[in-house]
Amino acid sequence: MPRNAFVEGAAAIAKGMSLTFETMFKKKTTVQWPEQREGVKPRYRGRHVLERYDNGLEKCIGCELCAGACPADCILVEAAENTDGHRVSPGERYAKRYEINMSRCIFCGFCEEACPTGAIVLKHDYELADFDIPHQIYTKEMMLVPDPREVKRKLAAMTEQAGEIR
Amino acid sequence: MTWEQGIFDLIVAVLIIFALLTGFAYMTYAERRIVALMQVRLGPNRVGPAGLLQPLADGIKLLFKEDIVPAQADKPIFTLAPMLSIIVALSAFAVIPFTVISSTFIVRGSTIASKGPLALASLNVGLLYVFAATSLGVYGIILSGWASNNKYSLLGGIRSSAQVISYELALSMAVIGVIAITGSLSLGDIVSFQQRHIPNILWQPLGFCLYCIAAIAEVNRAPFDLAEAEQELVAGYHIEYSSFRFAMFFMAEYINMITVSAFATTLFLDGPVGPFVLITPWLSGLFWFTIKVAVLLFTFIWIRATLPRVRYDRLMSLGWRWLLPLGLLNIVITGAVVAFTA
Repeated sequence: MPRNAFVEGAAAIAKGMSLTFETMFKKKTTVQWPEQREGVKPRYRGRHVLERYDNGLEKCIGCELCAGACPADCILVEAAENTDGHRVSPGERYAKRYEINMSRCIFCGFCEEACPTGAIVLKHDYELADFDIPHQIYTKEMMLVPDPREVKRKLAAMTEQAGEIR
Repeated sequence: MTWEQGIFDLIVAVLIIFALLTGFAYMTYAERRIVALMQVRLGPNRVGPAGLLQPLADGIKLLFKEDIVPAQADKPIFTLAPMLSIIVALSAFAVIPFTVISSTFIVRGSTIASKGPLALASLNVGLLYVFAATSLGVYGIILSGWASNNKYSLLGGIRSSAQVISYELALSMAVIGVIAITGSLSLGDIVSFQQRHIPNILWQPLGFCLYCIAAIAEVNRAPFDLAEAEQELVAGYHIEYSSFRFAMFFMAEYINMITVSAFATTLFLDGPVGPFVLITPWLSGLFWFTIKVAVLLFTFIWIRATLPRVRYDRLMSLGWRWLLPLGLLNIVITGAVVAFTA
């Protein structure tokens, strides 16, 4: 049978068109944000947080290694001395002022790798858009995680209020 | 021409233009949605319920854009070219019968419309008129390519005009078979002929195929859209146009698509006629006409979503070396059959 280019071509086109037609009725892969959100992988580098120990002390010792490691030069750290009366971190110094300019941050995670105590960590929050550039400077208060003792206390109070948990 | 006829014609003209512009707007929406669905994704579905107000948002955006005219551009022609495109695209629709009326429509003594297929202007050379109008559309393309003072625009314009005129020839050849069978150039007569017999697609399957391929190339539509290929010539002949001027070209392209589909339903698919009547004959006619045009437009979009672009030299080769000879063959066969059976 001689190979007929016309017939083969027309058949190929028909096959392609039937494929696209069938695809119209298949389930779509679009994730409808904000009603649906797709999760991120475990090592995803999102918004930064400043961690604490379980006893409530901040992990950050104000060593400025993160600021040194940052390729975009967007971290500002001002250290201050810990005194016996006012102790914020275990160690000699704590970060009195800790700011990250999110509009310059490239979310590379070098600060996380450089940190000796594991204070600065990149978590999974990526919804950081805003209309105002000054809002993009994240301060220590915005990034510090809540005191675990406070959290435990509040949770216990709520549990007691809710009654017996089965 | 009496006052009553004049006013009726004016009202119908305004309604047709309104319908075409709304059709154009929702064609853009339908295209984005359907192409998306065929690509395993959803299209625009946020603006308004199910995204139905997206064309409105797009229109407003286009109007608010800055209108840039290149410094060395030929300003009068630069301004004229999109206007020409859209005026011609809209006026080609004047002779297409979009509904049927069951009895002669008389108002205060003057006959406004006679029984049968109703078009805005029932010319006895309606078919020729449509070809003339679409041929004039080429001027819009070539003038814009030239007046933009841009090499790529010029190249795009030249390629596009060469493509359009080659395929116009193929389009005309495909349609001559229909003329031979029905014996008339009037679109109203062609619809009536099909009502008495069977739709022309059954007499002229080759003609219909040739018409379809040539029509897609005529309207610069995928897979024959190299002249405005978004990836290659960066929009071709309308690169330098922004805001409303671009909107006019955009409108002209989609309205040409609608016109060519409407023309195909008139010539081959029996026009504004359907298997059953809805409420009144004229509403039913409008309904069937719209359904048929919508199916053809869906096919345009379907083909765009499926087929890769044809390279320009192969495109020209297709038009001249395949469609034209096949069109001539179609004429010969049809002519012979008509001559021996008449």
